[in-house]
Amino acid sequence: MVEAPAKSDDDLLDGFQRAAFNYFVEHYNPTNGLVADVSRVGAPASIAVVGFALTSYLVGVERGWMTRAEAATRALTTLRFFGDSDQSQAPDATGYKGFFYHFLDMTSGRRVWQSELSLIDTTLLLAGMMTAGVYFSADTLEEIEIRERADAIYRRVDWQWASADGGTAWQGWKPEGGFLHYGWEGYSEGTILYALGLGSPSRPLSAASYGAWTATYQWENIYDCEFLYAGPLFIHQFSHAWIDFRAIRDPFMREKGSDYFENSARATYVQREYARRNPFSFVGYGADCWGVSAGDGPGFTTLEIDGRKRRFQGYAARGAPYGPDDGTISPSAALASLPFAPELALSCMRHIGACYPEVIREGRLPNSFNPTWPADGPGSWVSQDDFGLDQGVLVLMIENYRSGLIWSLTRRCPYIGAGLRRAGFTGGWLS
Amino acid sequence: MTAPPVDRFHQALLDSLHPPTWRNPASAPRYDLVVIGAGPAGLTAARGAAAMGAKVALVERGLIGGVCINTGCAPSKAIIRTARLYADMRDATDFGGQSPGEITIDFAAVMQRMRRVQARLARGDSVQRLNEAGVEVFFGEARFVGPGAIAVAGETLHFGKAIVATGARPMTPTIPGLAEAGYLTNETVFALTECPPRLLVIGGGPLGCELAQAFCRFGAHVILVQDEPMFLPREERDAAQILSDALARDGVEIHLNTPAVAVRTEGDKRIVDLVSQGDKFSVSVDVILTGIGRSPNLDGLNLEAAGVRYDAERGIHVDDFLRTSNRRIYAAGDVCMEHKFTHAAAASARIAVRNALFAGRRRLSALVIPWCTYTDPEIAHVGIYVREARRANVPVRTFTVLMHDVDRAVTDGEEDGFVKIHVRDGTDRILGATVVARHAGEMINGLSLAITSGLGLPAIARVIQAYPTQASAIKLAAEAFSRTRLTPWRKALAGLWLAWRRGLPAKERGRPH
Repeated sequence: MVEAPAKSDDDLLDGFQRAAFNYFVEHYNPTNGLVADVSRVGAPASIAVVGFALTSYLVGVERGWMTRAEAATRALTTLRFFGDSDQSQAPDATGYKGFFYHFLDMTSGRRVWQSELSLIDTTLLLAGMMTAGVYFSADTLEEIEIRERADAIYRRVDWQWASADGGTAWQGWKPEGGFLHYGWEGYSEGTILYALGLGSPSRPLSAASYGAWTATYQWENIYDCEFLYAGPLFIHQFSHAWIDFRAIRDPFMREKGSDYFENSARATYVQREYARRNPFSFVGYGADCWGVSAGDGPGFTTLEIDGRKRRFQGYAARGAPYGPDDGTISPSAALASLPFAPELALSCMRHIGACYPEVIREGRLPNSFNPTWPADGPGSWVSQDDFGLDQGVLVLMIENYRSGLIWSLTRRCPYIGAGLRRAGFTGGWLS
Repeated sequence: MTAPPVDRFHQALLDSLHPPTWRNPASAPRYDLVVIGAGPAGLTAARGAAAMGAKVALVERGLIGGVCINTGCAPSKAIIRTARLYADMRDATDFGGQSPGEITIDFAAVMQRMRRVQARLARGDSVQRLNEAGVEVFFGEARFVGPGAIAVAGETLHFGKAIVATGARPMTPTIPGLAEAGYLTNETVFALTECPPRLLVIGGGPLGCELAQAFCRFGAHVILVQDEPMFLPREERDAAQILSDALARDGVEIHLNTPAVAVRTEGDKRIVDLVSQGDKFSVSVDVILTGIGRSPNLDGLNLEAAGVRYDAERGIHVDDFLRTSNRRIYAAGDVCMEHKFTHAAAASARIAVRNALFAGRRRLSALVIPWCTYTDPEIAHVGIYVREARRANVPVRTFTVLMHDVDRAVTDGEEDGFVKIHVRDGTDRILGATVVARHAGEMINGLSLAITSGLGLPAIARVIQAYPTQASAIKLAAEAFSRTRLTPWRKALAGLWLAWRRGLPAKERGRPH
């Protein structure tokens, strides 16, 4: 028997990207454009996942997986729904003040789970709308409407209403209790939020807001690597899925002589180094098996394994190297680091594919797996559901690595450029 | 349940700190210094002044020792030690040991040991010892009767200088129904005779976190509510996160961003309404403990008669020399300071004595004050926080060592935590540090010494430390700093030198970039 030749890097990536893209084909409601948060039956829509979907359709067109007409129809359906949906203080409205609730009923599009009016998730939705607005540039009625609706939805957002006293953005709002106060201190995935919030021509965030937020940053030397720390890997990826941070610098990064792209590369190396050190002796961790991020886990329970108590978690914001960590690896987060550290990400994927074949189902990377957890049968514990956020960030980050498509689209979005400049970014493509 | 048993240890404590048969001495015509309050600040001031030959009177209305020995540091650390023991027994198998079967907790024994420890420590601060040190002790309520005189227990004490060191007491929560339902504070919780089955702790500051963890380890179901988004709000995010994880691991039920809004009583239970993100829910508990901060003890002092300015929130107003608006009266400790710690109170008292009696010009702002929250792991800090530095436009680099990279922490199975040392960017000057480790309180002192002495990180890197110790994490951070000085230029230069030593031809030596 002749052994099948190993896949080329491009074939490997193409397979993962296509499988990720198919999530948005499979979990889409054609009547309103909403996309399910996870693959679980009955799951609501997540507005952030819809944002990833809107950009993924464009990738699909470029890759030949979807016709431009189909992508335009999906984009327009989505934009029409969000543009015309209930924006009010009603507890089951779709949004308020231009923002949208985090989770919506897949059919009615109304708020579910008493979820919050989410600034970051609205931002990711808007990012998807912005890319669609730039991409669909033809003078057809359909594409003109896409551009106009995307612009109108963006302009409708009242960022000033959502600003706290110090100028920084609140994290969310609920009709039952007002603004949420999670106390986000330090670096997070919020950079894109400030880019869009500051770039608004109607009701933008204050110019001082970004400085107030970055005043909480901490530049750390960990494992002899100097960078702006954040524990979960996804934090170093989400803003980059849309914005090209190569060589553009805000005042903080100018002070440190780095940029956010380089920072994400260093964060990736720190994650890998953490796995190599494997301080808590989790099964599987190593130079080619890393990626600690927010996501699913085996469950909230404590087990004694090999004479040692192991406390496992369910869905949690895991991070490295500070923790929390329960031995759960996120392959999708590892591969989403592809643009920053391609050799590391590819090596990790090949290792996981070879050593943990049960992890990759129908060519798709799961949210997480945990080889430390004593599984019932052969193989590791693997998260059962596919998560839209994972698949979305994979589609975008693989595409940015392969062609830079999304970065080139957002570079042509005047609002994002304006927002970055107001935040103090200079250099690179902003010059 | 909260009446302290008057056992021999408690009696011994009273004999030391407020003997039942005590009679105040006759007052002298004039004192060089009168100190009001015999807590850590008052004791330090009185002893220090007497040691210098001053005629000193010390006035105390309750027990000598103040909060620290009676209702603060000493009892809390005593029970925390026992709580750690129970946690270690629980986790024995992680260390290759065996748990002693069913672990039963004898709460009465925990509290008896606590009282024994208090009585032991009280001996050092006894009235007898103060007398021997030349301090005249008066028990009673002190009240200013003029700019240079204090009335106490029927006597009038005339002073050249006075130091007010009356400390602080727990702030009273304004939650409807709480007062009627009853609640504990640090002043009453150590008199518990039974461990409450269900305990609600309101406030995620140091006291709340320490006692929530301790009582959880004693077997109570502890619910900890905090109306801020993280515990220990002044500490940095990563420290608070590790603490939050540790509390959850112990079994504490955590509710952040969750104020308690109402309390009512149903039978022998307290029903507490909590609100989280607009969602209202209730918990049923046996006992409520509050730790929401401390307010200065000012009542009855009649500060107006002495012309001393104050307000209920900040306490007595002092300048950087700890002098009040009456030039003859100084203040020290919790009654006038933002940092309400025993060691800070004592340090401020030394300044106040020197400035009051010897025309000193020592400044409060010059003090380097570390602090520590004695949870497991402990969280200790000294100097500036990064957010403070950045708001002041001071560029900062942080050198971080995770405790899981410290050999002794690994051998001890105490790998949770980190050492972070903040230096001014472009220099080796240490601006501040945070340590999260099981013994962070011991480790922070080396960093306080470095900051106080102006030692930079290279100086720490040069010190040879005993191996293996957990405090070597600090040296590892200093070594990380030193490695950043090995720039590509220096490395290339070193390569050239070594190549020359090996006798390589010039073209093979490379050149620095």
